[in-house]
Amino acid sequence: MQALYAQLLVGLINGSFYALLSLGLAVIFGMLNIINFAHGALYMMGAFCAYFLLNGLGLNYWYALVIAPVAVGIFGMVLERTLLKWLAGLDHLYGLLLTFGIALIIQGVFQNYFGSSGLPYAIPPQLQGGMNLGFMFLPIYRGWVVVFSLVVCLATWYLIERTRLGAYLRAATENPNLVRAFGINVPRMITLTYGLGIGLAALAGVLSAPINQVRPLMGADLIIVVFAVVVIGGMGSIMGSVITGFALGVVEGLTKYFYPEASNTVVFVLMVLVLLVKPTGLTGRAT
Amino acid sequence: MSVITDNSTPASSGRGIRDEMVAFVIMAALLATVPFTGIYPFFVMQALCFALFACAFNLLIGYGGLLSFGHAMFLGTAGYFTAHALKVWGVSPEIGIVVGTAGACALSVVTGWISIRRQGIYFAMITLALSQLVFFVYLQTPFTHGEDGIQGIPQGMLFGLFDLSKPTTLYYVILVAFLLAFLLIFRAINSPFGEVLKAIRENEPRAVSLGYKADQYKLMAFILSGTLSGFAGSLKVFVAQNASLTDVHWTMSGEIVLMALIGGLGTVFGPVVGAFIIVAMQQYLAGFGQWVTVIQGAIFVICVLTFRRGIVGEIAALFKRSL
Amino acid sequence: MNRKLSALMLGTALALAAGTGAFAGDKVVKIGVLNDMSGLYADLAGPGSVIAAQMAVEDSGLTKKGWKIDVISADHQNKPDIGVNIARQWIDVDKVDVLADVPTSSVALAVSNLAQEKNSILLDSGAGTSDLTNKACTPNTIHWTYDTYTLAHGTGTALTKAGGNTWFFLTADYAFGAAIERDTTAAVTAAGGKVVGGVKHPLNTADFSSFLLQAQASKAKVIGLANAGGDTVNAIKQAAEFGITSGGQKLASLLMFVSDVHALGLQTAKGLNLTETFYWDLNDGTRAFSKRFQDRMKNHAMPTMVQAGVYSSLLHYFKALDSLGENPHDGAKMVAKMKTMPTDDPVFGKGSIEPNGRVLHPAYLFEVKSPAESKGPWDYYKLVATIPANEAFTPLDKSTCPLLKK
Repeated sequence: MQALYAQLLVGLINGSFYALLSLGLAVIFGMLNIINFAHGALYMMGAFCAYFLLNGLGLNYWYALVIAPVAVGIFGMVLERTLLKWLAGLDHLYGLLLTFGIALIIQGVFQNYFGSSGLPYAIPPQLQGGMNLGFMFLPIYRGWVVVFSLVVCLATWYLIERTRLGAYLRAATENPNLVRAFGINVPRMITLTYGLGIGLAALAGVLSAPINQVRPLMGADLIIVVFAVVVIGGMGSIMGSVITGFALGVVEGLTKYFYPEASNTVVFVLMVLVLLVKPTGLTGRAT
Repeated sequence: MSVITDNSTPASSGRGIRDEMVAFVIMAALLATVPFTGIYPFFVMQALCFALFACAFNLLIGYGGLLSFGHAMFLGTAGYFTAHALKVWGVSPEIGIVVGTAGACALSVVTGWISIRRQGIYFAMITLALSQLVFFVYLQTPFTHGEDGIQGIPQGMLFGLFDLSKPTTLYYVILVAFLLAFLLIFRAINSPFGEVLKAIRENEPRAVSLGYKADQYKLMAFILSGTLSGFAGSLKVFVAQNASLTDVHWTMSGEIVLMALIGGLGTVFGPVVGAFIIVAMQQYLAGFGQWVTVIQGAIFVICVLTFRRGIVGEIAALFKRSL
Repeated sequence: MNRKLSALMLGTALALAAGTGAFAGDKVVKIGVLNDMSGLYADLAGPGSVIAAQMAVEDSGLTKKGWKIDVISADHQNKPDIGVNIARQWIDVDKVDVLADVPTSSVALAVSNLAQEKNSILLDSGAGTSDLTNKACTPNTIHWTYDTYTLAHGTGTALTKAGGNTWFFLTADYAFGAAIERDTTAAVTAAGGKVVGGVKHPLNTADFSSFLLQAQASKAKVIGLANAGGDTVNAIKQAAEFGITSGGQKLASLLMFVSDVHALGLQTAKGLNLTETFYWDLNDGTRAFSKRFQDRMKNHAMPTMVQAGVYSSLLHYFKALDSLGENPHDGAKMVAKMKTMPTDDPVFGKGSIEPNGRVLHPAYLFEVKSPAESKGPWDYYKLVATIPANEAFTPLDKSTCPLLKK
């Protein structure tokens, strides 16, 4: 029973990465109608950004937590302005193909310069060590990841569902022309939204840098799992994608304990089951 | 909703079919002379396998409007099945091909049944996730030998007559198989089945209101595409003499999308051209290492932004012909 | 001597008659280094192996004796298809005599088959699969540096004897992980140790915490990592985080290279046990070679055992060529000749080649130094035990190589 609690908690940690990434995907999809295949590559860039800040400029983890999402977010906005915006009005699949190409370029360039084995990034001194919870030894950093990503997810939800800016955003998704008629700069909002989604991915990258080796391909396989998470949750609601992300992390954690052979595939199997029962996803609207 | 293929295909017009038949004969003649030209035959054989794979993939996206991002699962499944049958059961090549293709067919029935529930990008994501599931299954099941792959596969005598270990014989066998499969795809596109498929792609509600069961047609297209991809995978075993995880990995699914895209989605000959370009690129740029990935990515970006019709599509548009 | 000379003359005459540079019996050699230049294994093989090959050409002294030796290289991207295509083209079109390095088991096995079919030579250094000298052995392949048996037995036996007598495995859930866990278990039990448990994890796991929790709860003295690449690195990193190493449990990585330790950093890797057959700081010979190697590397990396193996294997090949006086362009014949000669070079020391193509030389169990113990860059290992050659590799009577059946 103790082991079970431990696995649940561990699952939540993984879930927080799924939540942050699928949240970013959902935000971008809502506004741009693009499934951002480059999400994994930009998550990787976030982690690399943290590495460079530390080793190049001597700026530690706490700076990286702010600077990396902003820097990578700006990079994302440049991508949107220079490449993605030309896709307006075309089939959504072109967005998928374009961002897939972007992902290949980014990952290829990083692999050329940094090899595949990756670079080390240490846990910040303030978060080292762990607590004995009785049923498990919880590294403080893990606890921090869960709490911090929960806060970020809730803040994003609040921003989009409860503020005026968020209201414009949602309205622009439904009817861009009408919103433009109200004198709101829709293209700029699109760019900002893309930047926000990318920033979330980069933030997840910074959070994962001390746990996983900083590698060019760290996001490549992860993004496929996140796609499955998104299919399961449906991209209709912000809260839906966050909850699905955390829930699947927990399910995966439990699988690792009870039947580790299937822990790689459990998310995909769940996706199949959900598709059979409710093709639009758990929270999704019919498209 | 706009459709992904800008290559409108007025295929059933008599002139269109005549153009395509002429192009087909030229292509067949060119390929038949390869062994006499000094071009390295293994390169062309591999390219032919990928060309068939790309044509099968194109059937789904070009005429069904469904972008699969997991087609490597059919290529790899057939490869593993054929390799296992040849090596462990010791069957003859034709039986090996049947086993592999049947395996891919069975997989396409199941995955198709699941994935056609959604369209557009969801369909792409679902096929990608399914192929990742298949990848992990093959990684763990013993018969695939994990990352060692199945190696040293005997080529054998096709129908007891043709010695496939002779490069020239193998070349013509692969070429004939490719041409036959190509004609089959060509036939399917221009059949009533193909017409209905195009109608569904253009306007699904309308096709449904006309009494066509859209899902059945989509599933049929998916199965045909998956089975032919499997056929390509089975043929590839005889060329490469191994079956490995590379062929089930998502990067392979991405490559096949790229081949069809660069050649021209929804064109008849585009995927063939695209396959030759990408295979040649991988072969001759092998020294550049990871830059090949970057170049592939750049081609994706350039294709999507500037010439969505692909090479053959652009040429066809220039001459106002359908190819 | 006379016969050799006449053979040489005949060879030259034939070569002239055929009007081609590559014909039976000349002094033209082409080496093809086929490996991963940019992916997962680029740091441990990659461009460094090409440098090692060029050093072997220079050190052989053959060019001064009138030989013409070319080294070419290509990236097989860890894909068997691409590897075989390049190798086939090299042999058919470019007349390459020797394929060197070839890491990644699937590619190595495929290329080994091809080398036999074309009667070429594969001097494999980078691949780990012990199949190359067991059921998949060929008269055209020599497996130089290490194999999974070495890693399993080196680490398993030596560490158990050093007091680490209870083991728990974290095993990657595919053929490689299972094989190495099985071999290590055999070695641990044979040395009087006990395996108290294990867990299989999927390939490319980002998060090892739930597996590490189970390893921690097992109270085993040694946690064996039967995985590779990014999985090993992540497991080690997260083991430090969960306080496993500071809690007194030892980590033993069953497949790890000095380049991986370099990537991890000593702070994370300290205390880790691993087996290698070469380390730059072993003796004067290895230090001299490594210094020269390092000066040529763009990033000033020290050679890994794989790169050292490329150097050593080619050096031995050149010795055999030198003793024949000409290049017979006959793979099986060359390999047979190489097997009759004892190996001896400053990098791996003295050794021999078994009839199944397995090269025998000692292996070493190392422990990774802590940052305080390290005197500078690349000062990473302290020697724990030396494993004699006859214990480091599969005994000949246990080899399943079909060539051994008389």
